[in-house]
Amino acid sequence: MIHSLFLVNSSGDIFLEKHWKSVVSRSVCDYFFEAQERASEPENVPPVIPTPHHYLISVLRHRIYFVAVIQSEVPPLFVIEFLHRVVDTFQDYFGVCTEAAIKDNVVVVYELLEEMLDNGFPLATESNILKELIKPPTILRTVVNTITGSTNVGEQLPTGQLSVVPWRRTGVKYTNNEAYFDVVEEIDAIIDKSGSTITAEIQGVIDACVKLTGMPDLTLSFMNPRLLDDVSFHPCVRFKRWEAERILSFIPPDGNFRLLSYHVSSQNLVAIPVYVKHNITFREGSSQGRFELTLGPKQTMGKGVEAVLVNSQLPRGVLNTNLNPSQGTYTFDPVTKLLTWDVGKINPQKLPSLKGSMSLQAGASKPDENPTINIQFKIQQSALSGLKVNRLDMYGEKYKPFKGIKYMTKAGKFQVRT
Amino acid sequence: MLSMSTNNSSYNDQGGADSAVEIGQETTPTSNSGAGFGLFSTDFKKNDDLKEMLENNKESLKLEAMKRIVGLIAKGKNASELFPAVVKNVASKNIELKKLVYVYLVRYAEEQQDLALLSISTFQRALKDPNQLIRASALRVLSSIRVPIIIPIMMLAIKEAASDMSPYVRKTSAHAIQKLYSLDPDQKEHLIEVIEKLLKDKSTLVAGSVVMAFEEVCPERIDLIHKNYRKLCNLLVDVEEWGQVVIISMLTRYARTQFTSPWREDGVFDENSERAFYESDEEKTRDDTEIKPYTMDPDHRLLLRNTKPLLQSRNTAVVMSVAQLYWHLAPRNEVSIVTKSLVRLLRSHREVQYIVLQNIATMSIQRKGMFEPYMKSFYVRSTDATHIKSLKLEILTNLANEANISTILREFQTYVKSQDKQFAAGTIQAIGRCATNISEVTDTCLNGLVLLLSNRDETVVAESVVVIKKLLQAQPSQHSDIIKHMAKLLDNITVSMARASILWLIGEYCERVPKIAPDVLRKMAKSFTSEEDIVKLQTVNLAAKLYLTNSKQTKLLTQYILNLGKYDQNYDIRDRTRFIRQLIVPNEKSGALSKYARRILLAPKPAPVLESAYKDRDRYQLGTLSHTINTKASGYLELSDWPAVAPDQSVRNVEVIEPVKEWAPSLGKTGKSKPAKSSDDKFYSDSGEEEEDEKGSGTSSSNDGSSSSSAESGSDAESDEDKSSSQSSEESEKSSSQSEKSSSESDIEQKKKKKMKKPPQKKNVKPPNKDSDSDENGNLARKASSSSAEDSSDSESGSVTDSDTEHQKSKVKPKEVKLQKEVSLLDLDDFTPGPATQPRSVLSPSLLTDLEGLSLSNISTMQVSGPAFVPEKSHNLLHRMTGKGLAAQYQFTRQPCLYQPNMVSVQISLTNTSDHRLEQIHIGERSPAGLKIHCFNTIEFLEPDASVTVSMGIDFNDSTQAANFQLCTKEDQFSVSIQPAVGDLFLAVTMTEQDFRKEQGKLQGMNECSATITVTAENTSSQPLNRRVAAMANVGVVPSGQDNVHRFAGKTACSGAVLLVTVELRESSAAVITINTEKSVMGSMLLRDLKKSLAQA
Repeated sequence: MIHSLFLVNSSGDIFLEKHWKSVVSRSVCDYFFEAQERASEPENVPPVIPTPHHYLISVLRHRIYFVAVIQSEVPPLFVIEFLHRVVDTFQDYFGVCTEAAIKDNVVVVYELLEEMLDNGFPLATESNILKELIKPPTILRTVVNTITGSTNVGEQLPTGQLSVVPWRRTGVKYTNNEAYFDVVEEIDAIIDKSGSTITAEIQGVIDACVKLTGMPDLTLSFMNPRLLDDVSFHPCVRFKRWEAERILSFIPPDGNFRLLSYHVSSQNLVAIPVYVKHNITFREGSSQGRFELTLGPKQTMGKGVEAVLVNSQLPRGVLNTNLNPSQGTYTFDPVTKLLTWDVGKINPQKLPSLKGSMSLQAGASKPDENPTINIQFKIQQSALSGLKVNRLDMYGEKYKPFKGIKYMTKAGKFQVRT
Repeated sequence: MLSMSTNNSSYNDQGGADSAVEIGQETTPTSNSGAGFGLFSTDFKKNDDLKEMLENNKESLKLEAMKRIVGLIAKGKNASELFPAVVKNVASKNIELKKLVYVYLVRYAEEQQDLALLSISTFQRALKDPNQLIRASALRVLSSIRVPIIIPIMMLAIKEAASDMSPYVRKTSAHAIQKLYSLDPDQKEHLIEVIEKLLKDKSTLVAGSVVMAFEEVCPERIDLIHKNYRKLCNLLVDVEEWGQVVIISMLTRYARTQFTSPWREDGVFDENSERAFYESDEEKTRDDTEIKPYTMDPDHRLLLRNTKPLLQSRNTAVVMSVAQLYWHLAPRNEVSIVTKSLVRLLRSHREVQYIVLQNIATMSIQRKGMFEPYMKSFYVRSTDATHIKSLKLEILTNLANEANISTILREFQTYVKSQDKQFAAGTIQAIGRCATNISEVTDTCLNGLVLLLSNRDETVVAESVVVIKKLLQAQPSQHSDIIKHMAKLLDNITVSMARASILWLIGEYCERVPKIAPDVLRKMAKSFTSEEDIVKLQTVNLAAKLYLTNSKQTKLLTQYILNLGKYDQNYDIRDRTRFIRQLIVPNEKSGALSKYARRILLAPKPAPVLESAYKDRDRYQLGTLSHTINTKASGYLELSDWPAVAPDQSVRNVEVIEPVKEWAPSLGKTGKSKPAKSSDDKFYSDSGEEEEDEKGSGTSSSNDGSSSSSAESGSDAESDEDKSSSQSSEESEKSSSQSEKSSSESDIEQKKKKKMKKPPQKKNVKPPNKDSDSDENGNLARKASSSSAEDSSDSESGSVTDSDTEHQKSKVKPKEVKLQKEVSLLDLDDFTPGPATQPRSVLSPSLLTDLEGLSLSNISTMQVSGPAFVPEKSHNLLHRMTGKGLAAQYQFTRQPCLYQPNMVSVQISLTNTSDHRLEQIHIGERSPAGLKIHCFNTIEFLEPDASVTVSMGIDFNDSTQAANFQLCTKEDQFSVSIQPAVGDLFLAVTMTEQDFRKEQGKLQGMNECSATITVTAENTSSQPLNRRVAAMANVGVVPSGQDNVHRFAGKTACSGAVLLVTVELRESSAAVITINTEKSVMGSMLLRDLKKSLAQA
């Protein structure tokens, strides 16, 4: 299936290659570079590129292209999903997935890739199995290994590989048993010029950090499971139980994992937590434009809107801006024409605003589209859809775990058309 | 840490140095390249240095060296000259060092074949290592070394590993098959043998890999799948996610060759029938049963049912592959369940979006309705990548219809103004397509596009012109205004395609704009030389057309233009000019053609069809690479059309089924009960693997049981659509008993798919140790358990009597466990092997969860058990005189009904007392409304004096009302009725005394009735009393702590309401009978019966 993998950095250098079958010359990547040149933005490189003898399937994460070389028919999503899984694993192992991190840990990377694929077919992608085979590099372990000569590589087949719960290793022990769940909801919305909502959707995930001894069996129930319209589960969740009782019942993996992602049914009207007043005008014949932007909270259920960040791609004709933020800082990149305004927290008493003028290219005609405004924000301790976890129970183990649950709402793709 | 960092710097140095050596064709980071050049001279020493380190005795140094070498390989540098030094370390004890050596070997063995042979013996030794990880990795490396000489060794190793006891090693061997095949395709035949063997493997770990090997080596050998089809379907949920993708795509292909099309003829790939199709959605059952006699193959249904939960997978590839499976295999009205999941995938990474959108684009052409409710999910955001934007646009255009077009057009208006001009141009094309597809909005669109003509952006204008041209061509009648407007635009537009379009338009409709056209030609004549080729060609065309329609005004102009064209640099234009001149200017040489010039040039032309670029993508299977790139990728396996007639379905029946295994491990009889499967025994016999084995085999064999059942359950689902899934437990239970049979019974029996229900009963008529009474009573329970239970049970079975309750219960027990399990047929995680009830030292995690699950459900404390007593009394159903020779008797078996849990099972023995054959004995179609009967299968014939026993299920709905129905033979119909005694409407359950009290607490007041009676002396002791009660009603004895209180428990067959009977003996032969049940009528009826029975002598 997957023949080879090339890692390409943003400047177009191949900095790592790995072959699972016979070696494919790295010149195959020339086709990729060609496509890369043609694309105006790094994101615009097509994920699938056919070449005379191979097919290149690539993903872009952390400004690194992971280019897989395929020789014959395979579902493209299979490869894409796998590549993303590789990136996730690297991130899990090294904290970040950057060129430097990969280069620093090239041996571990190689060992990982060797375990993840056999002859191009995924062998072990479950992080806890990999971690038993190849221990993640830590400072302590490096020191210990140099002194004792022990290795990072496990000698036994991880029990998970054979068990019916491959996501959990056996013999987990913690002195503090704790289980934390983060309910994070993202709101995707498009707001039109007049402030009315064109589309708004809420997607959520429940990320968990479970550090429990032994083989706990958890059940998590919701106050209002009807809200969840479409769900996808970590393999540990028992689907039947969910179907029948709307209860999440699972033996959790050890550590961090995404338990559930869901979509809130579209029948429910979505309360948009912020509003934007804007007045962006370009006058015909003048080299000046007006820019006014005011943000305010709306339907936030009494919670503060934090970490607000506004950015907007201004039209090409804008040469520079002269703006005055009432709070926070703003930057304008005259090359990419990207305006960024870091607002911070919205104070409902004194609404943040950004006002001023834009200077336009002299003689150029007025841009025919106003820029779109992208907004990011966070609202702590509240899930916008109103989803509430009812209770978490543990079976199968004697001790009492510490349980915690946190709610948060974030802006996903939140766009305001002006 | 320190050592680590020095390491890294040394890699980098090495890298720099190396690249400098290797012709320097690589761009290395600048910081290193300087050092690289500086180290140029010392570089060779560096590799020597590595060699020295490798030959050193210190492990740490060797490891260090290997790490650096791997760093070289990762960078794509050549490290092949170190081969001899590296290969020596292949036998190292240090596992990390060994692994790195493996990495090196795999990379370079192909280039250094002779030296690579040195390592082979090490691998051969490692293949026998007790550690499964070492065995597996040795096989992995051995098979990855692409050295043709060792092919025989590889072959041997693969064969051995294929019967290794560790599933992990077997998985590795499946991978090795593909490697060997790519190295030497001549080995195919041998490899197929191994594949065949591994396909039989029941481990979920192996399944995905071996199917992958199958797809690669012998995708055409579809016959290998038959026997494993049901197993694969049932294992699917448990297979790791990557395996799921491969198996699903293989099964899609398989299903298309084995089943008939579930699509109604008119619904197939026809957008117009969409509506009809939706109607059928609501009346699905009727459609299926009445309009079309199509019945889905149960195996087909099994596949659809078992893949459905995977739509909830977190792995996008799995979701996509299920979606394509439904698209290609499911009945039209079921496909839409995948919509939601596909839309969900759109929130994933950019690359995932791209692929999913492509597939949705193809789907939305054929099935608008599927995605219309999710239209807003396809709205474009300014941050989307260009290819995502254009795909979304494509889909929105496909989804447009009369109802939503205004919304879509409003959205398009925003897009037209986008800064991304390429995207804006795409939007204009999309508007054009909407305008042609939906006639209501054509005018609106056209006006909108005309407005765009005054847009400042060149590309937008040009695109609008092109689209307007196409639209006008479709209906040119009343649009001369627009043509005039466009003629004016000609002065400003510079994009050649747009100019050419305008010219063509004016030429084509020159008669509608008679004043403007010649003027345009005049202008063009002036600028002719400086135009682009395409514009020149259209100018020539325009001139010719005008010459034909309006030669007075344009003759000179035309000649001028033709002259210019004659000397043009481009030969196309010269050609065209020459052709036109001959055609339109009459001279003596021009032949007949010029007479027809007008008809040639001004022929009415069909309007171009604006259609989707994804129109023809459906020739490729969705979700494939070929679909994405829209060309056939190498190795693409065509999806065949549905066969007109389904091939023999019986090929999927599995002969050797061992439901035995499900419970057997606890009984320790595994080996004996299935001598046929020696190879399997070999897999599982290792004691080290026991734990895992039991689980694996338990799961898989239970699957087997249900897989053979699937035929049944599927066909059942056909017959009554609305049957809830909860009933599947019953079905599968029945089927397991059937599957046991199937080993002894021939296939013929099974071919009569519809008649499957009969065999177990039929066979009972002549059991090996005939003992008609008790056999009939106990046969069902025994059927299910006989093969599982000890051999002794068989010999004992003849003497199963009511006093034998204890024994019977113990036999029934395993069945309970299975019952519980089968409920979660799809959720294999929850499966536990039967021994759950057995005390075990190590409780596996899933076991625990299951126990948890048990205690959580509210009726978990009650388990349906076999009847404590089965009355031998049979009742007359049809007298032989009224039945014209056919006599029928019925009897309540008091077993849980196999067909549906809420039915009461009734056994009917039919005897032919006439002197001729009775044919086609069956139950009449027209049973009274409201009566639910599960009929027995038609008995083809009954010889004179022969008798047959069949069983049927009747839903009495917890009342003692008689069930009236008709018993038919070929010639006659007889009305018969079955009258149940109240006691027969219950099922015995077992529960603890504690639970009994708890339940009793809930059923006080109205739900309680009691009576005091005087019992006869003989009934005061517990044994006879128990028997009396059990004879009266099908209840189970609850173990009691008190001597004078006897408790019994049961539940009603239909609603499952709990029935509790307490008999408390007082002094002087008085007794209080208390009955607690929700069904108070039944309670009082039973009380009356019990009173009578216990008071009897």
